[in-house]
Amino acid sequence: APPKPVPKTIENQREYDETTVDPNDEEVAFDEATDEFAPYFNRQTVPKILITTSDRPRGRTVRFCEQLSTVIPNSHVYYRRGLALKRIIPQCIARDFTDLIVINEDRNVPNGLVLSHLPDGPTAHFRMSSVRLRKEIKRRGKEPTEHTPEVILNNFTTRLGHSIGRMFASLFPHDPQFIGRQVATFHNQRDYIFFRFHRYIFKSEKKVGIQELGPRFTLKLRSLQKGTFDSKFGEYEWIHKRREMDTSRRKFHL
Amino acid sequence: SPQVVWDMLGNRQFCSYKITTKTQNFCRNEYNLTGLCNRSSCPLANSQYATIREEKGRCYLYMKTIERAPFPRRLWERVLLSKNYEKALEEIDENLIYWPRFIRHKCKQRFTKITQYLIRIRKLTLKRQRKLVPLRRKIERREKRREEKALVAAQLDNAIEKELLERLKQDTYGDIYNFPIHAFDKALQQQDAESESESDAEKEEEDEDADKREFVEADDSDLSDFEDMDKLETSSEEEREEEDEEKVSHSRSKGKTPLKGPARRKRPYIEIEYEEEAEPATKSKAA
Repeated sequence: APPKPVPKTIENQREYDETTVDPNDEEVAFDEATDEFAPYFNRQTVPKILITTSDRPRGRTVRFCEQLSTVIPNSHVYYRRGLALKRIIPQCIARDFTDLIVINEDRNVPNGLVLSHLPDGPTAHFRMSSVRLRKEIKRRGKEPTEHTPEVILNNFTTRLGHSIGRMFASLFPHDPQFIGRQVATFHNQRDYIFFRFHRYIFKSEKKVGIQELGPRFTLKLRSLQKGTFDSKFGEYEWIHKRREMDTSRRKFHL
Repeated sequence: SPQVVWDMLGNRQFCSYKITTKTQNFCRNEYNLTGLCNRSSCPLANSQYATIREEKGRCYLYMKTIERAPFPRRLWERVLLSKNYEKALEEIDENLIYWPRFIRHKCKQRFTKITQYLIRIRKLTLKRQRKLVPLRRKIERREKRREEKALVAAQLDNAIEKELLERLKQDTYGDIYNFPIHAFDKALQQQDAESESESDAEKEEEDEDADKREFVEADDSDLSDFEDMDKLETSSEEEREEEDEEKVSHSRSKGKTPLKGPARRKRPYIEIEYEEEAEPATKSKAA
């Protein structure tokens, strides 16, 4: 009998994206050495995150923000009492924050995330879905400790994916504390970014056990702006245009 | 005649502007001063009437007099009021001089209310406004399904485990985790243990011979073979016990073993087959 053929999956049949990053690409390496995350990757800046919500957050969103702040070290949650983002941003820059996260909520459920790198870095706007708080996760471990977690970024292949991946990486401090054995994962699959937070333990050299702690959510990128958050005059590097980009089932952008 | 009008429309017959609720009657007429359906606030049943209405942020005073009753087109006279609140009140007063008190009072009240809500509108437009974006049901459903399928395709746990093992192999963790036994040696040990545990003597001999054969070709001494065989057979139990204890203590010393049940099960099946006496011994020791 002929050997069984490899089954076709969407990942196999994915349309070739011309912006896929080649690991040896010099141009990309040069770009990444000179873009806005260079100070972070050269260890010149320490990440300091400000987490906030939209107006009048409801209980679930507030709890989600708290849990998120335990996951990301060196992050602070502040309430937004009707303040305009454009006015918060200069204040944040003055107080040395490197990143700003705004969680938008609708009907007591967080549904959007705006992540902006502060000293005029790119701003990414995501749609957030299937948010699970800590108590809703089955078989979870105890509270995450204060150790800085490791970061795993999976499957960010294209240029756009690379820049988003670097954005996520710049949220966490550069040196993870391996004693803590915690790992935060951003896994990109078909343009959906899954975030998980686990505690791992090596049972042997070939086996590792993981235990989920911390919240989980999925993100889908909606737009990427070059400067800080500015809805009217910002220069958009990438917008998800539904009519054009959602036509093929095998075409992904991240 | 206004009395007749009221008798007909207001009280008995049908008035299309009238809305009745359990406690009150409302009047939908746009020229109504108070909004309620009363004898004194019905614009149809009073031949001398005045209202305040606002258009595009400016307030106007509308007046109706008996003289113009037969000319419906010219019935309502419109006066623009000034933007200044006090001045506008004075203008109302001078326009409605000699008019009944009720209408004057209600006009001024209505004017106050209107200016207040205009101020509020102007204040709110300065603040940020929520943009309500309608959800498209088809698209929402599509995205949800795609997300579920992506989740299934992602196999997150496996991916994370693989990545962690990769990092372990590439020594990113340095010296924290000491697995001194190299993978190859461990596999060899496991293989040895497996071969010994099986009760079939033939298999034992075969395996041992197979191992020994390699060994023999390297060493070329028969005596040593027999010695080794003896040693192995007698000390096999002890070895295994030790291995057991080691493994158990290893994992215990790490700290928290996340999954205790599956861990026990997933260990090589060797232990289960032989020596049930030894197992509870190790359990009690470790505990």
